[in-house]
Amino acid sequence: MNKGKKNINLILGLILAGIAIIPALVGIFWTPYSTEAMDVSLKLSAPDMRHLLGCDNYGRDILSRLMAGSKITLIIGIGTVFFGCSIGTMVGALTGYYGGLIDNVLMRVNDVLFSFPSILLAMVFVSLTGAGNLQLVIALGIAFIPSYARVVRAEFIRNKNMDYVMAARLAGASNLRIIFVHILPNTIKVLVSSILIGFNNAVLAEAGLSFLGIGVKPPEASLGSMLSDAQTYLFSRPSMVVYPGVALILMILGIALISKEIK
Amino acid sequence: MILTVKDLHVSYKNRKKNSLKYDEKEVLKGLEFSIDENEIVGLVGESGCGKSTLAKALLGLIKSKSGEINLNCKHPQMVFQDPYSSLNPKKRISFILEEPLKNLTDMTSEERRKKAEWILGEVGLDKEYLDRYPSELSGGQRQRVCIAQSMILGSDFLIMDEPVSALDVTIQAQVLELIRELKIKHKLSILFISHDLRVVYSLCDKVMILKDGLIVEQGDRDKIYRNPQHEYTKKLLKSAGITI
Repeated sequence: MNKGKKNINLILGLILAGIAIIPALVGIFWTPYSTEAMDVSLKLSAPDMRHLLGCDNYGRDILSRLMAGSKITLIIGIGTVFFGCSIGTMVGALTGYYGGLIDNVLMRVNDVLFSFPSILLAMVFVSLTGAGNLQLVIALGIAFIPSYARVVRAEFIRNKNMDYVMAARLAGASNLRIIFVHILPNTIKVLVSSILIGFNNAVLAEAGLSFLGIGVKPPEASLGSMLSDAQTYLFSRPSMVVYPGVALILMILGIALISKEIK
Repeated sequence: MILTVKDLHVSYKNRKKNSLKYDEKEVLKGLEFSIDENEIVGLVGESGCGKSTLAKALLGLIKSKSGEINLNCKHPQMVFQDPYSSLNPKKRISFILEEPLKNLTDMTSEERRKKAEWILGEVGLDKEYLDRYPSELSGGQRQRVCIAQSMILGSDFLIMDEPVSALDVTIQAQVLELIRELKIKHKLSILFISHDLRVVYSLCDKVMILKDGLIVEQGDRDKIYRNPQHEYTKKLLKSAGITI
């Protein structure tokens, strides 16, 4: 692949992700209307100057809900990646570096987690703890631990026998110092691309769970719950499905293009 | 004597697949040698004969099975063969040089920085290299940094594992010259591992020939090169095309 083509992918990815993410960032501080204010007189109203994207089945402003919903989806995606990645990195680093028994035990646990579809695992967890944003983050986070642990473990196994690690040992560095100060920075490159892919998976998983009604609690909006609300009106008001759907696609496609370039 | 080794045995254990039994392979089969202060000893042998294992055993990175290693040096250091994998690609040269001081001395960061500048000067590099990353350096410069790192603690015993074999010939000569100068100036004792008999001849005071985990011949350089006793030494000299 030549350099010009690479940049096009990256720029396109940034633009797409930007279109999806900037309204979400704005949504943290400001939305045109309250996301929960219902006005029956505006039920399923068409777009006009006051409500740019119209209103939904409860008379709530769709643009406001879209902004707030993207925000929630974004936060849950980032939270999940942060949770799964920090624990997964820790597990991968320790197992990869020390090997032996600890490696065998933790990686078998990992295999067990890995053998279930992550969304199924998250569903079981949410059904045990109840719905809610924090529960969702933890549930998805746990489900995503194995993928990070594997990536980091492989990098540690590749790095730990390299001469610079032996030089660090001769320089008196402790095992923990070697793991976190010497080897970990060398795994960043691989980690970043799996973080971006993981973010996409988390966004999709959140949307899926909320669509099924076990994610974000109503009346709070997320892209998945908006899709879920809209399915009854699929034929009478297809735009209610289109807006959150497009937002989801833009976010995922944008991040996927960026991660492809970083690889 | 800075280093005395008596009857050193080292073996690796491999567990066979799907079995609880261990397979033991003896790599070093009873080595006896010593290294004097201010002396470069060349260790010659083909790949797989146990050269790197000996180096690791001397540094305490692997355990020996039996035998004695008496080393009169607090922090023996090593220079590795491949200057591209022996410097952490994500760290600046200043971090790499100061790492031993950070872990093993109580120097302040200013003292460390000063010492790093000084040692870089000793290996013939400008102090501006301190803020660079290894990827910005050439192979020869990297190897100089490795030598600097091995010397920064003031250790007087170094192991050099094929330090010039990854470099091209002109750079090889420069680095060898540097090692020679540093040895005299800092009174270093060096175990110089190599498979290149010409390099060993140009640098070392004594030579040991290692074959299949045993030292088949050792002694003064001139004696061995002029009058080799063991068949294997003769073969090595002949295949290197050296006749003196």
